[in-house]
Amino acid sequence: MTALLDVYGLHASYGPTRVLHGLSFSVSDRGVTTLLGGNGAGKTTTLRAICGMVARTGEITFAGQTITRSSTEHIARLGVAHVPDGRGTFTRLTVEENLELGAITRRDRNDVVDDLERVFGYFPVLQKRRGQQAGTLSGGEQQMLAIGRALMLRPRLMLLDEPSFGLAPRLVHELFDILTTLNKREGVSLLLVEQNAALALELADHAYLLETGRIVFSGAAREIREDEKIRRSYLGY
Amino acid sequence: MELLLQQILAGLATGTIYACIALAIVMTYQAIGHLNFAQGEMAMFSTFIAWQLTQWGAPYWVAFFVTVAVSFAGGVLIELIVLRPIQHAPVLSHVAVFIGLLAILNSLAGFLWDFNVKPFPTPFGTAPLFANGFIDAHQAGMIAVTLFLLAFLYVFFRFTRVGLAMRAAAHDPVSARLVGIRVGWMTALGWGMAAAIGAIAGMMIAPVVFLEPNMMLGVLLYGFAGAVLGGLTSPAGAVIGGLIVGVIENLAGTFIPVIGGELKLTIALAIIVVVLVMKPQGLLGRPVLHRV
Repeated sequence: MTALLDVYGLHASYGPTRVLHGLSFSVSDRGVTTLLGGNGAGKTTTLRAICGMVARTGEITFAGQTITRSSTEHIARLGVAHVPDGRGTFTRLTVEENLELGAITRRDRNDVVDDLERVFGYFPVLQKRRGQQAGTLSGGEQQMLAIGRALMLRPRLMLLDEPSFGLAPRLVHELFDILTTLNKREGVSLLLVEQNAALALELADHAYLLETGRIVFSGAAREIREDEKIRRSYLGY
Repeated sequence: MELLLQQILAGLATGTIYACIALAIVMTYQAIGHLNFAQGEMAMFSTFIAWQLTQWGAPYWVAFFVTVAVSFAGGVLIELIVLRPIQHAPVLSHVAVFIGLLAILNSLAGFLWDFNVKPFPTPFGTAPLFANGFIDAHQAGMIAVTLFLLAFLYVFFRFTRVGLAMRAAAHDPVSARLVGIRVGWMTALGWGMAAAIGAIAGMMIAPVVFLEPNMMLGVLLYGFAGAVLGGLTSPAGAVIGGLIVGVIENLAGTFIPVIGGELKLTIALAIIVVVLVMKPQGLLGRPVLHRV
């Protein structure tokens, strides 16, 4: 499989504090890659670095194009949808406006209308709340809105930062079913950061283990799932 | 009773101008988080451009729309050239830059057009609108133009994609970038629109206060009072605040003998202080929350 996203020697820092020390990994076209690791390992920073939200050096290639020096908005326009931690919905705008904003850079306006219906198909609760301010939604609903908004971009790659965070177990499974469908049926590649390693490894084909800004292990998700030593020492299950 | 009604109407008429300036201030504040002290001088400069165009023989409405367009471009340029380079600088740098802009525009206008008071034409005439003389044609025209402008802005922000993108960029720039919005351009666009709104306000008030480089000082103060009263985070609040300030100013000037014409400007400052003490977020604004 060819890589859709290729990251080589990625360094990132917040001011003088270096957080990432030369990460290299990739997401294959139509594949699912997961980044695992404890708090402070640099998972969120990695996603932010890919989108140009923090200062970074190294080599990041998306669909054959170098994006290491591109701006966040340019990277989004290439088809990279980032669902940040804390969800990043526009809390004072309505649900429908949030979804429209997801597609704001697209020119195929007729398809956007279809996509809105498609998102409502995945998340019926958003249709019920379409006129409501996003800030009034529950945590789970906001997470759905954030993913729905990302879908409105018709992304080739979605970066998901802890999508299960703060959700009830039943909702988590519903969400991961939807992510599976998006990947399998619509061919959206996923780069998934998760605390829930067991869940992430079920969905992913590739996994990378991060520790204080370095990759300490990488391999097929299946291998890691079956490697008891790694599971016990790094993933805690 | 008739005097009261008349004064309220007259107050509403000038209030529309305060509302425009307040709106321009709030738009800029929403976009960059700073108060543009030079908003009034920008409007004054625009009004001089309109005056120059009419002096060169342009019909009023041609001068009006050319001025709006030039002011829009000027606002965009000021953002790109002066504000963009200091966007991450602390508050004091912004204050210094705005005061600098204010002084530069003021003396440049004085240099180009001198400080003598000039009459400014009104397209509506000054005849009383009704036989009882409640409100004259220019005041009615001011109200009509402002209502039209507000309706236009409402439709623009509520129903167009650019308007939605501008709201998103002002509300949450980080998330806006993540959906691909060019936040920098939205800020520049906001500056252009604020400058254009200010230009309209300047051209509308100039026949009343007469044209000279210091004509907007009082208006800017009332505009600030209106913005603070309505809430710096609420465009609708700014408009309502501006109207209320206009009415209060006029009524106080008429009915409280001590205030008369002399102390009118003090009212604006009094309103600002009282609002900041009693209800800092203004009538329609959101309280500012800080996570500790």
